[in-house]
Amino acid sequence: MTAFLHNFVNPEVLQVALPLILEGMRVTLLLTASILPTGILAGLALSVLRTRQSRFLNFFIVVFADVFRAVPPLVILILIFFALPYLGVQLSGFAAAWLGLSLVLAAFSEEIFWAALTSVPRGQWEASRATGLGATATLRRVIFPQAIRLAIPPLTNRAIAIGKGTALASVIAVPEILNHATNVQAQTANPSPLTLAALAYLALFLPLVVASRWVESRFRWKR
Amino acid sequence: MPLTAPGKEILHIDGLTKAYGAFQALKGIDLRVHEAELLFLIGPSGSGKSTLLRCCNRLEEPTAGTIRFKGEDVGERGVDINQLRRRMGMVFQSFNLYPHLTALGNVTLALRHALSQPKAVADEAGRAHLARVGLGEKADAYPHELSGGQQQRVAIARALALSPEILLMDEPTSALDPELVGSVLRVIRELRTDGMTMLIVSHEMAFAREACDRVAFLDAGEIVEEGPPERIFEAATEPRTRAFLERLQAR
Amino acid sequence: MIERLVDSFLNPVVLEASVPYLVRGLLVTLEVCALVIPLGIAGGLSLALAYRTRSRLWRGLLIAFIDFFRAFPPLVLLVFVFYGLPFAGIEIGSLAAVTIAFSLNTSSFYGEIFRAGIESVDRGQWEAARATGLGGFRTTTAVILPQAVRNVLPDLIGNTLEVVKLTSLASVVALPELLRMARVSQGLTYNPTPLVVAAGIYLVLLWPFVRLLSLMERRLAVTA
Repeated sequence: MTAFLHNFVNPEVLQVALPLILEGMRVTLLLTASILPTGILAGLALSVLRTRQSRFLNFFIVVFADVFRAVPPLVILILIFFALPYLGVQLSGFAAAWLGLSLVLAAFSEEIFWAALTSVPRGQWEASRATGLGATATLRRVIFPQAIRLAIPPLTNRAIAIGKGTALASVIAVPEILNHATNVQAQTANPSPLTLAALAYLALFLPLVVASRWVESRFRWKR
Repeated sequence: MPLTAPGKEILHIDGLTKAYGAFQALKGIDLRVHEAELLFLIGPSGSGKSTLLRCCNRLEEPTAGTIRFKGEDVGERGVDINQLRRRMGMVFQSFNLYPHLTALGNVTLALRHALSQPKAVADEAGRAHLARVGLGEKADAYPHELSGGQQQRVAIARALALSPEILLMDEPTSALDPELVGSVLRVIRELRTDGMTMLIVSHEMAFAREACDRVAFLDAGEIVEEGPPERIFEAATEPRTRAFLERLQAR
Repeated sequence: MIERLVDSFLNPVVLEASVPYLVRGLLVTLEVCALVIPLGIAGGLSLALAYRTRSRLWRGLLIAFIDFFRAFPPLVLLVFVFYGLPFAGIEIGSLAAVTIAFSLNTSSFYGEIFRAGIESVDRGQWEAARATGLGGFRTTTAVILPQAVRNVLPDLIGNTLEVVKLTSLASVVALPELLRMARVSQGLTYNPTPLVVAAGIYLVLLWPFVRLLSLMERRLAVTA
């Protein structure tokens, strides 16, 4: 038992690791907070563009959404961080992580918003347009308020997944939680920092996962 | 009761054709609707009645022909379709009320955002229109809290709020339980007394008999016969008309 | 300009050299999928069926388990299992660590999906089946599950897609799957072509399912 504690909850090692993990949490939160608005708003913008029914635009939007949902996020991060320099573009780890995960979130968000928009009954469009409301006003006042309810549960889940995905940034040297934890663990040959990292992530995301259950139940049956 | 002399023309439809690929939904419709007239469109399903109605405010785009609304060509390039639609009210079979807004919100949406009226002004007008259809106390109710008949009456109030010059109604009572149909027909009767021009697609034959000015029978995309209700219902000249009416009586 | 692009990202010489690496990597990727997906589905299904218990305590524990592993980032779990278990006396290779960590993670997601699916089947179906004398087990397998699965099929496919993408994380513990082999090859040639090709392979592998998913969600939305 003491061996277990010595290995996984070692006080000396934890003392070293704690400030670093806390700093890592700050970076994780910062990264997540910068990705979520960009990704979701970009996805929203793309889905609105798709309502213009331009076959030309739609092609590019669909290709974008398909590519960034099919290629694993880690591959995207590595490509941005390690391959872009060959084009003369050297992004910092943080910027690369922000860009890569925002693109992925934008792709998923676009599909979520699009599915929500197309599930609003056609009659709503017709009724609104029949009263002389323009296309933009119809979208804003009639279609979107109804679509948003449908979009919120899958969007919440995807946002949480992306938040957890920030752990991938440790691979491209961003000083977030996992990165610090693995560094200390390598230096001290003791996995206690990993225990602390696990707790840190759980502290951040377990409440969100529980909250998302509530969000799902609230938005599911109201019509 | 027929009008003694037709007033001026509100809607002038000439050679209206609508094709969906190879299928011809409308094959050259000629129709006139006059001021304060209530024109009933009857016919079997698939005959193109709804399509005809929806071409009038361009919810469907005609393939050929012209529709003139008070002299203006509805399909002309560069016409302000939103402005035109505000002058034509439409009521749908499935009501299409906005579920996220109250009855008042439904009625005032276009007033506030298409006509840019301030909220207070729009709300006052909205309440007046709801009262006119007998739903004054239901202004703050949401659609799902209302019966089918009440929802359709809110839809009518929504269409009336813009002071349209014609009402286009696509089977306004077909989705209603029988007990609720009467409340909607009552509103239509009152509108007629107030002189509203109306083009209604409907199966309500008894109502048509006593309340409308003209009946047009549509079959397979063509107007087979039209005229005053007494003639059509009692002494139709076309065999197709008679066959349709007989099938209806038999039910 | 184009020449430089091709030379950097689609270099034919590098491509040819890296093909054997990438093929080996792809096979390992598929091997991991063949392990994790069935384990995850089995685990998830067990969780969802266990949820039908009358005991509120058990239901609470199951939800806690599911939420715990949904909140735990899979990469962190993998690192924890791979570097931590040896300290608990369990020597563990990268494949085993990957299988354990990803199976735990993915069975919680499958569990939640199946649970929601079973719940979405109308109560009346249970009653009708039991009323015809069908036992509990037969009712579940012959009546409830087929409907539950049909109701959540897009989510099931979506989650399976996520598992395939998840395998790329195994590169972090040096499992020789596709991404790892691409990075190894890139390190050897100082050219990112293998990475680009690996991305392309993922795309070719998964794009059909991504498209299928979009179509399914659209069709469900229309009938809703």
